[in-house]
Amino acid sequence: MNRDDLIDFVYAEAATLDRMEWKEWLALFHKDGRYWMPLEWQQEDPILQPSLMYEDQLLLTVRVERLSGERTFSQKPKSRCHHLLQRPEVVSMGEEDGVYKMRTSFIYTETRGDLLDRYSGWVSHELVEVEGALKIQLKRIDLINFDAPFSNIQLFI
Amino acid sequence: MDRYRGNPQAIAELVKGYAVHRDVYVDQEVYELEMEHLFPNSWVYIGHDSQIPNTGDFITSKIGNQPVLASRHRDGQVYVMHNRCPHKGVKIASEPCGNTGKFFRCPYHAWSFKTDGSLLAIPLKKGYEGTGFNTDEAAKGLPRIENVKIYRGMIFARLAEQGLSFEDYFGDALSTIDNMADRSPEGELEIVSQPIRYMHTCNWKMLVDNQTDTCHPMVAHESSAGTAVSVWERAKEANPDMETPMAVQLYAPFMSPYEFYEGAGIRVWPNGHGHSGVSGSIHQDYDDVDGYLAQMVEAYGEARAREILGDVRHNTIYFPNIMVKGPVGIMRTFIPLGVDKTLVESWVFRLKGAPDKLYERALMYNRFINAPTSIVGHDDLEMYERAQEGLLSDGNEWVNLRRLWEDDEPTEATDVVNGTSERQMRNQFYAWRKFMIQNMEDTTGTPVEAAE
Ligand code: FES
Ligand SMILES: [Fe+2]
Repeated sequence: MNRDDLIDFVYAEAATLDRMEWKEWLALFHKDGRYWMPLEWQQEDPILQPSLMYEDQLLLTVRVERLSGERTFSQKPKSRCHHLLQRPEVVSMGEEDGVYKMRTSFIYTETRGDLLDRYSGWVSHELVEVEGALKIQLKRIDLINFDAPFSNIQLFI
Repeated sequence: MDRYRGNPQAIAELVKGYAVHRDVYVDQEVYELEMEHLFPNSWVYIGHDSQIPNTGDFITSKIGNQPVLASRHRDGQVYVMHNRCPHKGVKIASEPCGNTGKFFRCPYHAWSFKTDGSLLAIPLKKGYEGTGFNTDEAAKGLPRIENVKIYRGMIFARLAEQGLSFEDYFGDALSTIDNMADRSPEGELEIVSQPIRYMHTCNWKMLVDNQTDTCHPMVAHESSAGTAVSVWERAKEANPDMETPMAVQLYAPFMSPYEFYEGAGIRVWPNGHGHSGVSGSIHQDYDDVDGYLAQMVEAYGEARAREILGDVRHNTIYFPNIMVKGPVGIMRTFIPLGVDKTLVESWVFRLKGAPDKLYERALMYNRFINAPTSIVGHDDLEMYERAQEGLLSDGNEWVNLRRLWEDDEPTEATDVVNGTSERQMRNQFYAWRKFMIQNMEDTTGTPVEAAE
């Protein structure tokens, strides 16, 4: 993988979310991959420090299936989302451990009926190569105001 | 136009027991009267003493809409004060918590206060000499709240000078706090992290009502808990050896049938307190964590340890606005910000001396159920918001609370009832009426009929 492959991956992942192709998005995760949204500044531990989300494939699958459920009342009407990304910064090419690390500044927008909520922060990707394809080992979202009270965040930053 | 101010009769008529008038949720004037009467007359949770272990530590909080602060003074005591400078009202502390050192210093004109609130110094003090300043309220410093009680580390305060004592106000309801603290082998809880915060565009009482609303999970949460169960069943089919993950253990019980909740029971206490899950609940004894049961037996003896862990109460309401989930170690505070705006802060307690696994489970539960990113939370908020809008309809001005209602239902009683009853919601409104009009002066000129 070269730098462009990594950068393209980050853009493509966000585009998959913006197109609301949830199943395709889930397939980007490694089978043991995690989606993490910390609740503390420069948080180190997802287990014994509080997080907004720390989810594996099973839990992410529940979310994705819920979004299309007939009785998912909070998705009537359905939410939409938009990711605006700054050019991803390659933090590590994985020379030591085989883990590519990226950090990307974002503005994320999610709708709920007539309402529109906007969030800012940094997304960090830890990617590994599986059979020639990049997979997400960890996607971490650090919001600038992680400690503020939000209303619903129902889709994926 | 004042429809309710100075009219205790009109307030009392909002609560019929089997129904409450929608104005309790949507009327601006009723909301303001809650701030002026209900919250000051109640014992309100301020924070936990483990948040302020050292001299100079403080936390800020609110009683209704009034900013307060609790601080640890050098005598080791916790003092609760109004968080407003006696000079021009500037809030002395602006952060949720911190350490102020030896004294508080107002950022506007540098008046300073000891950590018990008393006035320490004023710059250029000679400007007040011979002015009569000594007779001003301001000379006393930060106004202190006298009625404060710390119970098992939980700090409560009552603003009103007159009213029920802490013990009379909570009575046997304190048994849930006891049970939660007793789950620590050391008998103590601590807060070591920030709460999960979640903004709700609905009246605060909708959240309080919901805590013992046992007829909604299998309906409103079909989308989340129901989906979790079906995704898990498929995963297990593909891989039968998989152990049930903690996540599924926490989600799945939400789909329990009506019969389960009916049998689990609801207990009510006087003054609006009560809990779901009397003889069983969606929570377990959680003694499966390695070494925990042995620690508990060591600390309490076998029988007592079993008794503590076997009491798996679901949600306990401490009227007016907190809920304690003893077996998990979670407390939620429903903080009113406006008639249709509520801040929910969900705190996790660490059981001192207990294995980390228990804390891990509580943190997980909190983010699954109580976070703005929680699918269960999404289900609930949708219902509250729709109710807040739906109640504006003039087609019917009443909210129906008749499930398992009986004529001459007692308004101040300890009782255990069928777990699908709306009795605890009614119980809360009997207390709501009581504390709203307890010392509300009647200015209508018509004689008041005694409220029950
Ligand atoms: S307002 Fe606090 S010192 Fe003036
Ligand atoms: Fe619910």
